Amino acid sequence: MATTALPQEAAHAEAHELPFIRKYIFSTDHKIIGIQFLLMSLAFLGIGGFAAMLIRWQLGFPDVAIPGATILPETMAPGGYLLPEFYNSLVTMHGTLMVFFAVMPLLVGVFGNFLIPLKIGAPDMAFPRLNMWSFWIAVPAGVLMLSGFFVEGGAAGAGWTSYAPLSANSEYSGVFLGQQLWLLSLAVLGLSSILGATNYITTVVNLRAPGMTWFRLPLSIWALFITAILVLLAIPILSGAAIMLFFDQTIGTHFFDATGGGQPLLWQHLFWYFGHPEVYILILPGMGMVSDIIANGSRKPVFGYHSMVYALIAIAFLGWIVWGHHMFQSGMNPTLGMGFMISTMLIAVPSAIKTFNWMGTMWRGSIRFHVPMLHAITFVAMFVIGGLSGIFMASAPVDIFIHDTYFIVAHLHYVLFGGSLFAIFAAVTYWYPKMFGRMMDPFWGKVHWAITAVAFNVTFFPMHVLGAQGHMRRIYDPNQYEFLQPLQGTNTLITIGALVLFGAQFIFMGNFVISWFKGRKAPDNPWDDNGVEWTVHSPPPHLNFAETPVIYRAAYEYSSPLVEEDYLPQTRNLGSDSGPAAKPAAG
Amino acid sequence: MAHPAVMQTPANRELGSGVYNEKLGIWVFLGSEVMFFTALIGSYIILRFSNPGAFAAPNTVLNIPVTATNTFLLICSSVTMVKAFAAAHDNDMAKMKWYLLATTLIGASFVGVQIYEYTHLIHSGFLPSGLREGSHFAELATAGELGLGTPDAGVAGIYGSTFYTMTGFHGFHVTVGVICLTYVTTKAFRGKYAQTDHRGIEVIGLYWHFVDLVWIILFTIVYLI
Repeated sequence: MATTALPQEAAHAEAHELPFIRKYIFSTDHKIIGIQFLLMSLAFLGIGGFAAMLIRWQLGFPDVAIPGATILPETMAPGGYLLPEFYNSLVTMHGTLMVFFAVMPLLVGVFGNFLIPLKIGAPDMAFPRLNMWSFWIAVPAGVLMLSGFFVEGGAAGAGWTSYAPLSANSEYSGVFLGQQLWLLSLAVLGLSSILGATNYITTVVNLRAPGMTWFRLPLSIWALFITAILVLLAIPILSGAAIMLFFDQTIGTHFFDATGGGQPLLWQHLFWYFGHPEVYILILPGMGMVSDIIANGSRKPVFGYHSMVYALIAIAFLGWIVWGHHMFQSGMNPTLGMGFMISTMLIAVPSAIKTFNWMGTMWRGSIRFHVPMLHAITFVAMFVIGGLSGIFMASAPVDIFIHDTYFIVAHLHYVLFGGSLFAIFAAVTYWYPKMFGRMMDPFWGKVHWAITAVAFNVTFFPMHVLGAQGHMRRIYDPNQYEFLQPLQGTNTLITIGALVLFGAQFIFMGNFVISWFKGRKAPDNPWDDNGVEWTVHSPPPHLNFAETPVIYRAAYEYSSPLVEEDYLPQTRNLGSDSGPAAKPAAG
Repeated sequence: MAHPAVMQTPANRELGSGVYNEKLGIWVFLGSEVMFFTALIGSYIILRFSNPGAFAAPNTVLNIPVTATNTFLLICSSVTMVKAFAAAHDNDMAKMKWYLLATTLIGASFVGVQIYEYTHLIHSGFLPSGLREGSHFAELATAGELGLGTPDAGVAGIYGSTFYTMTGFHGFHVTVGVICLTYVTTKAFRGKYAQTDHRGIEVIGLYWHFVDLVWIILFTIVYLI
């Protein structure tokens, strides 16, 4: 849908021509900031993935030196064999980088920034300069986190959850400065996230285009809005806890130190009170964007749009009262465990509503299997497996047996990789043309999807089996236990799967980089989508819209009998439409 | 960034909430501040209930009269803040400037008194890690005059930890507020605010009242109870 005001738009963009550093480095344009977050978090995704490969090599081929690892210093991998201390650091940093510096910024930083103003018809965020700061505060946080690898004692090694007292006392973990850098980095990153969330919430509430009522918002925006609320309220809890732990290590306070009157368990409560909403921060935006893509790929309206919104709200609310299910085995009062078990299982209800609605959307649709759609369908399938294994963890009696085993590793990767990361692949391939003005190559996109989907399951499904047989997580050498020795073959298979999975990502990376420069020029609306962002150029000009768009209809009017094409953009006025509601807030 | 057009709302667009961006934004941000202090205060409550003997009786270690005066100062600064906003609203720019200056100065003196209090406490042996051995407070503790559950000085560690973390982060927030107020006051003296647009004063005012409110809670639970 080309806009009618092209010359005007071009003049508009030209009037704001800025020097390179203002346009691409310290930019206040939400689209550039979104792309900055994309490049940063993809880099961290690569580093986190590489850490996982080292971990897997140790578990899959414990007797073989890691090829090329002799370049690592003696304090990490003498002779190409990982040291146990370095293994702990790798496990910790893999989790931390993936959660805080890859998946979270990919979902919230990238698509919150890129999609919110475009999809609600706003020229930019409510606070563009604050938005720039959100990014430039996240960068030093990442540097602080990685710098742990280069200090004495190595990077943080107490797991991404950094349970006290292991994390509180450097004599226990052997890590000195690394743990403090870890805490500082998360506190700094927290500030970035809070500023970003403030911006997103204000923008969605205040800057919706005329006629964009709440229930005309695409589900991606609903999900990002609700996620921003979770970020706003959950991250400060982590910041507070991280600062207390930091003080325990630096100025001798005793918050989590039992000998000084503190409580180690308090850390777990604070961490998971943040951590469980965090889990939904990592999946809700994916659910929202997958909803958009599945409707587009199925050429049908989202089945049960309102129930999708209420399910998002229900998941976000329930996410606050389930944190204790991470602590069934912590020595916490078992009576509390019962309550947490029930509240956790309740989350299955809104999650199932969403899953069935996605299937209802696809049902009898004339599905277009474009690359984003393939990733979106995989998201749904993998999320179902991850959701069902979650019920096992949520059940306290079952959890006694599988707690801290590879079963939880399997579960969390099915939701975090099978869920979030497939949603990210779907979203990146879907909005890539709008971001860069060029199409990604669909053939290599499908090759990447096919290998990733298969290798993912080869890697993570057998982990359920390992866990059920008692293989504990975060273990450097499982073969020290006789009962785990027969599982070496499974571990080797998992490692081969993981190597293929990692290798397949180079296809994605190559496709991403080459398409940026050599890809086919993207039309304004390559997917025949109804969203407001597809009515402007690819990539959209500075300040997005020459004229404020007016919204006449809901987000997903595909295959409408009112028009010949099988899509009906939100901005299309059919003449019979009475126009936007008087006030955007009235919805 | 030279794009004032971005900061303001296009004429043909109604704000979804009816409240301008900066005001809505600061309210949203204060939501996250509430959660931050909830983490600190919640931990304090849990630690205190689980270890009541580690906390000294009121007015033994902490000096209530000094801090009560400081509390009074901070409440006064909230009043002058409101007066400044009301003056801007009534287009009395001279009054607005002086009330803003008063708010900034009272806020700064609050920080000053807190620094004095910290210096005094640390000098007498009350540290974030507990009571310093051989110090004035440690001797009082051994003599049983601090109302601690056991005469063991080390056990008071959690008392110092929670005290300095909570009041310290509040003091940090006041300091940030004073810096912002200095900026706003300077702007006011340069005549940058008008009856039609004094958003900066309202936004810093909301933050300032929040910081004041947090202090009233902290003063009650840390000093009085």
